[in-house]
Amino acid sequence: MRWPRRPRYLAWLESGVSALLFLCAFVTVLTTIGIVAVLGVQTVGFFRIARIGITDFLFGVVLKPDARPPLFGVVPIFWGTMIVAIGSSMIALPIGLLSAIYLSEYAPRKARAILKPTLELLAGVPTIVYGYFALMLVTPVLRALLEPLGLRVETFNALSACVVVGVMIIPLVSSLSEDVLSSVPRGLREAAYGLGATKFEVSTRVVLPAGLSGVLASFILAISRAVGETMAVVLAAGMRPQITLNPLTSIETMTTYIVQVIGGEASYGTAKYLSLFAVGLSLFAVTLVLNIISGLILRHFREAYQ
Amino acid sequence: MSAGVPGSTEARYHPDRVARRWLGPIFGAACLAATCTGVVALAVLLGSVITAALKGPPHGPWYAVGSHLRELVALCRKLATELQATEPELAGFRVGLVGSLWLLGLVAMVGIPVGIGAGVFLEEYAPPGRFRRIIQTNIANLAGVPSIVYGILGLAVFVRAFGWKGIALGPTLISGVLTLSLLILPIIVITTQEALRAVPRSLRQAALALGASRWQMIRDHVVPAALPGILTGAILGLSRAIGETAPLIMVGAAGSILQVPRGPRDLYTALPVEIYNYAKQPDPRFQTVAAGGILILLAILLSMNAVAIVIRNRFRRYD
Repeated sequence: MRWPRRPRYLAWLESGVSALLFLCAFVTVLTTIGIVAVLGVQTVGFFRIARIGITDFLFGVVLKPDARPPLFGVVPIFWGTMIVAIGSSMIALPIGLLSAIYLSEYAPRKARAILKPTLELLAGVPTIVYGYFALMLVTPVLRALLEPLGLRVETFNALSACVVVGVMIIPLVSSLSEDVLSSVPRGLREAAYGLGATKFEVSTRVVLPAGLSGVLASFILAISRAVGETMAVVLAAGMRPQITLNPLTSIETMTTYIVQVIGGEASYGTAKYLSLFAVGLSLFAVTLVLNIISGLILRHFREAYQ
Repeated sequence: MSAGVPGSTEARYHPDRVARRWLGPIFGAACLAATCTGVVALAVLLGSVITAALKGPPHGPWYAVGSHLRELVALCRKLATELQATEPELAGFRVGLVGSLWLLGLVAMVGIPVGIGAGVFLEEYAPPGRFRRIIQTNIANLAGVPSIVYGILGLAVFVRAFGWKGIALGPTLISGVLTLSLLILPIIVITTQEALRAVPRSLRQAALALGASRWQMIRDHVVPAALPGILTGAILGLSRAIGETAPLIMVGAAGSILQVPRGPRDLYTALPVEIYNYAKQPDPRFQTVAAGGILILLAILLSMNAVAIVIRNRFRRYD
């Protein structure tokens, strides 16, 4: 008996489909090329039209795009971004790490089955909701707490932005760290218990050091998220570019500046309009570096244990 | 080992130290408290939005749950039908809601097939090696790019087309759809790949042994087996797309649009963008409107997430 040959069109279909799927995958590469090209080309245009040097942009401490002559120093908004990133990490990193330890080491299975999805739900809340939360609840609460002490809290302030962005990135830290901590081999834990260690000692001196690189990677990823966060910061921290250490005043971050420029009346092709691309490129560069570092650390961890 | 020599292991060996007994429970309690912070934050967030939404009409005591629910539903219904207005009493989200539903449908038609296709290519076709590793790293990095950067990309490429007026799409629905599709692409690709990776090798080998071609194997066996995982990823991607505000502001989903979009080339606005516009108004009565809008948005998102969870739990075969 002879098998029938495959029909000719099947071969065409095969190569057609694989070409089509390749194109789909290539879209992702095109996206990266597009981002880099758009930001690069328009940033060069910005430097040509605004007639400023790169050092004036990177190290200028005054950002006044509407002044005459306009001043485009990126330092104030970079400062604001750092304030939000550091402030929110101070909230999110300890809480996220402790949650991860609880979920991976302490929690009974049933509690974990409820707590983990709840934390993931927190990650699914849109950022605009966090912004509203800051404006409606966090700032009034801060006012009620701090105004009696004689501190003036502005309607838009950096502290409430830090609080909400911190809450927002808790699930990122906790879920990634928890993955890493649970994948630390059982044998390590059992050896430590066998030597008479308590649960606390196992968690902090065996599991945590073993998963440290993964935990660090999750920290850096969370900071990168805080750097790129837009809407919560727009609504919480306001739009005043200034270099200050007082968290109760309004600041401006890089993302907020971009929103401010696009929301204002800057017309297409002016220096102010093009400056959003230069700021966008700086933002992209910062988050990309953070993500790459985080990826490298995570790969190092995977090589060690998985 | 000589006893008591400083620096030796024995000098540091104190099995009966009191601290060992109380440090553990304290640490455990701290960890539990930290975990609860997240849960409490979620509860406070939802509670504050609901109370803010209830602030408008006269209301009963807090335990009158039934009447509150009726009030909330009535408020959401009113907000969903009213057009956007400058008066808080007349303000609503109809244009934004329709715009968001358009975005949802079109992103599902544009972004998700491309994402699934890319995932299938990377998992089933791409030869392992440098090329695949480059694309993979690229996707991992794209997943970490802030959403506003996608907005800038969409602004320059789709809305303005680098200044060529002829092919520029303008601030229309289709620009928003393309931007959001690119934004959720990494999520879809990564979840598709994970779902495909969970399909056992034996299934593929069986199909190939029976004479199926590669595409027949993928179409008839691998993708159906991985479908629950793929669909979960697609829904999660869509719920991300519907909650995004910043990229839509960049590509021109302006607030001041009073006409419901009827096609992909129409001007539009989206629900989160309208919420933003109301929330930044100084008049506190608009805060009630914004809270109502957030409730509508969260209701949409929660129902999408619920569908995803049901699919994941009911239909997952390989894991």
